Amino acid sequence: MTTLIYDGSFEGLLTAVFDIYELKLGHVRLLKGEWRNTALFETTIKVVTENTRATRVLKGLKQKLSAMGVQRLYAAHLAEMEGEDDNLLGYIRYVFDSPVNVEEDYGNKYVMRVSEIVRMIRRERHRMEAFIRFQELKDKTFYAAVEPDFNVIPLLIKHFRDRYADQKWMIYDIRRSYGVYYDLHDTQYISLDFATVNPGNVIAAFNDNEAVYQDLWKNYFTSVNIPARKNTKLHLRHIPKRYWKHLTEKI
Amino acid sequence: MMLAPFILLKFSFGYNITNNISKFGLMNVDRITEKLNILADAAKYDVSCSSSGSKRKNKDGGLGNASNGICHTYTEDGRCVSLLKILFTNVCIFDCAYCVSRKTNDIKRAAFTVQEVVDLTINFYRRNYIEGLFLSSGIFKDADYTMERLVQVAKKLRTEHNFNGYIHLKSIPGASDELMREAGLYADRLSVNLEMPTAEGLKLLAPDKNRQDMINPMNFLKNEIILRADEKKVFKKAPIFAPAGQSTQVIIGATPESDQQILQMSDQFYKGYQLKRVYYSGYVPVLSDSRLPALNTAVPMVRENRLYQADWLMRFYGFNVNEIVSNDNPLLDLDIDPKLGWAIRNMQTFPIDINKADLQLILRVPGIGVQSAQKIISARKFGRLNWDQLKKIGIAVNRAKYFITCHSPKFEKRDLTGTAIKQFILASSQSKYIKNTTVQLNLF
Repeated sequence: MTTLIYDGSFEGLLTAVFDIYELKLGHVRLLKGEWRNTALFETTIKVVTENTRATRVLKGLKQKLSAMGVQRLYAAHLAEMEGEDDNLLGYIRYVFDSPVNVEEDYGNKYVMRVSEIVRMIRRERHRMEAFIRFQELKDKTFYAAVEPDFNVIPLLIKHFRDRYADQKWMIYDIRRSYGVYYDLHDTQYISLDFATVNPGNVIAAFNDNEAVYQDLWKNYFTSVNIPARKNTKLHLRHIPKRYWKHLTEKI
Repeated sequence: MMLAPFILLKFSFGYNITNNISKFGLMNVDRITEKLNILADAAKYDVSCSSSGSKRKNKDGGLGNASNGICHTYTEDGRCVSLLKILFTNVCIFDCAYCVSRKTNDIKRAAFTVQEVVDLTINFYRRNYIEGLFLSSGIFKDADYTMERLVQVAKKLRTEHNFNGYIHLKSIPGASDELMREAGLYADRLSVNLEMPTAEGLKLLAPDKNRQDMINPMNFLKNEIILRADEKKVFKKAPIFAPAGQSTQVIIGATPESDQQILQMSDQFYKGYQLKRVYYSGYVPVLSDSRLPALNTAVPMVRENRLYQADWLMRFYGFNVNEIVSNDNPLLDLDIDPKLGWAIRNMQTFPIDINKADLQLILRVPGIGVQSAQKIISARKFGRLNWDQLKKIGIAVNRAKYFITCHSPKFEKRDLTGTAIKQFILASSQSKYIKNTTVQLNLF
């Protein structure tokens, strides 16, 4: 058993794959993290992320998988789920070791696991598309704070750009301390400097109309409920409690 | 494909304390709130929430698009909130027994202006509260006058605000073809509620209404949609016309129709009028009337759920309506879903070999959904599948195991009757409706 330590980037993952084939390693374990030169692990290799190696592996993947398959793998890694590195690595090795495209071989545990991960990411992305609540600030930027379970902000950009082309908007992931900002022309990743303001609470910066529309929305939400059909279990299944604190109508 | 490095952007939030003066003006906020409460409350019994099925793109960097169906929130009764669903007014000249807005009902009345609906829609949309607008109305003055107001709202949103979000308009029965045509040019979906599953039911509860008046606009739009779609194939620039098609709604449990009558009606409308959806709305007792179930009657939620399941079987699982309900089985079983019901009535079809059977047959196995069935078809090309793999793929083995064999020596070897299987499955699963069931059974 050899342990590989890589920097957590997608290029790093691909470089690790290159190294495994070059060194003809069998059983391996892949870990994200800082390289510590200790004697704790007998055989530990530091993966030095290198673009030329990563690009070669990516090229190989593109030959073995459909364009969609490569994207799904990328999204699965991007999500930064705990403890899934070995499954992603197992998937890539299975792809390279098979003579045909195996991305639909759901009987294989790695293919199935990647499929599950992608489904979880999709659900989280979809929830963000639904549950993001913009608040209009004084400078007419529409601001939303989110705390998604996985790192899905990069997957949201296209949706919100297509939809809100004529308003400035910003979606900020409080948990991961970065966000995306659209200035009517381009989107860019940003990190906010909240010297005095808590990113989850920007009431002081609201546009004059903001509180009115929030109240109207809360009223609407209450008015459309049919008490005779109350079904709390179903309600909670659709909107788990952890999302409530950013939902205008549930605050 | 790689992430761009983050750019640090300083963003300052102002600290001025401001008054909440909206564009409605200080005086009007309370009045708008009251109107919204009245007219949202009156619209909530219309169950349609769908915002999918349209291909409308954001045009010229404007506001919104209508490509995906998204539920932005859920009411406490668990229903999807996707659209701002309101009545233009709850003033109505009709006196339908099942309707809260009927003219003899002593309730608060209100009416929006066109501009108010436009402002609400745009501002809710910009905050990502909604996918668009679902505008219905009580009938005031006459059908054309009412329909014209609805069309004005849609027209203003599309032409003055370049709003490309989803718009669902009600077709007002009796409105002129010319107005219906204009509505189709601005709306994504149009719907006219049949209200009752049969013409007799309608006559009993809504003496002012006439089923033919509802079918006429439906028929006009069906033909127009076909015509416009053909035109679009030839002329790319031709305008899109009601791209999300038509839907309708029937109230169930207010009149004594059987599930067979209801589902056959749906089937007829799906086929004859190319409807995208038929919605089933369990009757919520809102009024005391000798023609209606008593005010303390429970909402038939299980029955409604079974009807939707049956509807799905017809639209996505290749079932014929007569396989689901028949003269021998005019009512859906409330204990079990209609797919399991069909399976235990047709034990001669099973067991099927999951590694060989056609997709159409796999779709008929209880415990296997559309996605799992497609995954099975894909995965079995790489090797025969066993129970563990099927479970991983996502099928409900506790139900499916009575109806399939796979790459395993283990399978159900007893020659069980349908009734026995039903008992086993009921015993092994906790129905989410278990506490409702007894109440529901009293209805019949």
